[in-house]
Amino acid sequence: MADPLLRVERLVRRFGGILATDNLSLDVISGELHAIIGPNGAGKTTLISQLTGQLLPNSGTIHFAGQDITRLPAWRRSALGLARSFQITSLLPDFTASDNVALAAQAHDGHSFRFWGSARGEQHLRQAAQSALARVGLADRADTLVSKLSHGEQRELELAVALATKPQMLLLDEPMAGLGTTESARMVKLLQELRREVTIVLVEHDMEAVFALADRITVLVYGRVIASDVPAAIRGNEEVRRAYLGDQHVVTRHG
Amino acid sequence: MIASLNARNSIAALVVAGLLLLPLYTSISGNVFVLTLFTRIVIFALAAASLNLIMGYGGMMSFGHAAYLGIGGYAVGILSSEGIGSGFIQWPVALLASALFALVIGALSLRTRGVYFIMITLAFAQMAYYVASGLAPYGGDDGLTIYKRSDFGGLINLSNRVQFYYLCLGCLFGGIYLIWRIVNSRFGMVVQGLRSNEQRMQAIGFPAKRYRLVCFVIAGTMCGLAGALLANNTDFVSPAVMYWTRSGDLMVMVILGGMGSLFGPVLGTIVYLLLEEALSQVTEYWALIMGPLLLLIVLFGRGGIMGLLGRLSRG
Repeated sequence: MADPLLRVERLVRRFGGILATDNLSLDVISGELHAIIGPNGAGKTTLISQLTGQLLPNSGTIHFAGQDITRLPAWRRSALGLARSFQITSLLPDFTASDNVALAAQAHDGHSFRFWGSARGEQHLRQAAQSALARVGLADRADTLVSKLSHGEQRELELAVALATKPQMLLLDEPMAGLGTTESARMVKLLQELRREVTIVLVEHDMEAVFALADRITVLVYGRVIASDVPAAIRGNEEVRRAYLGDQHVVTRHG
Repeated sequence: MIASLNARNSIAALVVAGLLLLPLYTSISGNVFVLTLFTRIVIFALAAASLNLIMGYGGMMSFGHAAYLGIGGYAVGILSSEGIGSGFIQWPVALLASALFALVIGALSLRTRGVYFIMITLAFAQMAYYVASGLAPYGGDDGLTIYKRSDFGGLINLSNRVQFYYLCLGCLFGGIYLIWRIVNSRFGMVVQGLRSNEQRMQAIGFPAKRYRLVCFVIAGTMCGLAGALLANNTDFVSPAVMYWTRSGDLMVMVILGGMGSLFGPVLGTIVYLLLEEALSQVTEYWALIMGPLLLLIVLFGRGGIMGLLGRLSRG
């Protein structure tokens, strides 16, 4: 097997006395859709934040495309092709949908110390934005302010923004959070298309979606990996069952 | 939306026309005082506009912006007292000194956020104030008289009231045009994006601090120009111009006019300084009236005068 695109080794992150990430190791192979599941408080978002650089680990290493990125700031990781969506929608609320995506394209189109020409007049940025918006089904909402978009549309826009950075890997933190049934179905369909182009790490509570989409699933409990395998094996894993059905609270699709 | 834009634009156009034609009025009426007052207003409008660039568009609440008024002013004053009267030297030095100060202050204070940023910019400006107070060879606390205005050869005569007024007005319009270009450029989009959501901007690949710092330096330099103009206008520069209440005045002018609107700071400055002038002639306790008045505008006019205009025309 080739080197993994993302390799996490013995990652540790403490918050005071709590071990949110406990000696965690993980490989994500290029081209796969790798889901990370686990009960509430298992440290999934903490892990994603360390992968994208919003949080620094106490120890351990993260390699992306063969490069040590453990201490790189978030913006440099983005430049290397690591994009994320946020669990709690994080966009530029007072900008239009199109502006949000165009800025992501601009970030990967040379430096932005250009003070004179109109940024909104740059056709190639606008076109990049338009095609990313079309990708997620928001083409006709391009000129709408983000604060006026519905929650579901904002989730889709998160994805369009991530796509516009032309990533090698997408880290999606609960893209289905707060979506209704039809919106969820649309998102699953969208992810099914995207997985053909880009490696995806998916953190999700919606088990139906996870088992429908994932090539491999890693299960986190209390910051530790208790299993990492293909969906069928995870389904039959005794330890996983215990984690979900035992003293830990059962996680449902609306978790 | 269109209607509100029109209302704002027509007010702006009216003010621009008024400012352009003001010397005509003074020459007809012989009322020189109005020209002197408006020269001051135009200079402060430039300072407020530069503060608006970082505060309104960049979301950086600098409480030390008056420091650049002093630095620009002292550059002119000190060079003049050392016998260097040429504006071609004085003004570039004023701009450069302001830019350098902004670079150092910005590099240190942009590590912090929110209240801490406000406090640290305030602290640095106060430091500049005390340094100026201690400059014994250049007047110390009492300030420094400038006996001869900056000399630009035959190009322009700063001692001529009308010429000087138009120079200030040119600087203001030039400054606003520059801000307009910047705000709509790639750079401006990044700075405004950082105001809106820094975490998101970092996640899509923008190094936040260096963009903020450059914006901070541009604003400081622009305010340094206002400082050089102000020193020429009063023929005098003193530490008082850097005092924290002066920084507060600038903030009020920006908020009053409308943060993050191109022309707001100009309106804010005009209203603020005219009110100050008018009220101080009625009573020496003018601040007692000014305070509540400002409170009302801030409470009921979100977005300042520009916001108010927008809502009025929408009905």
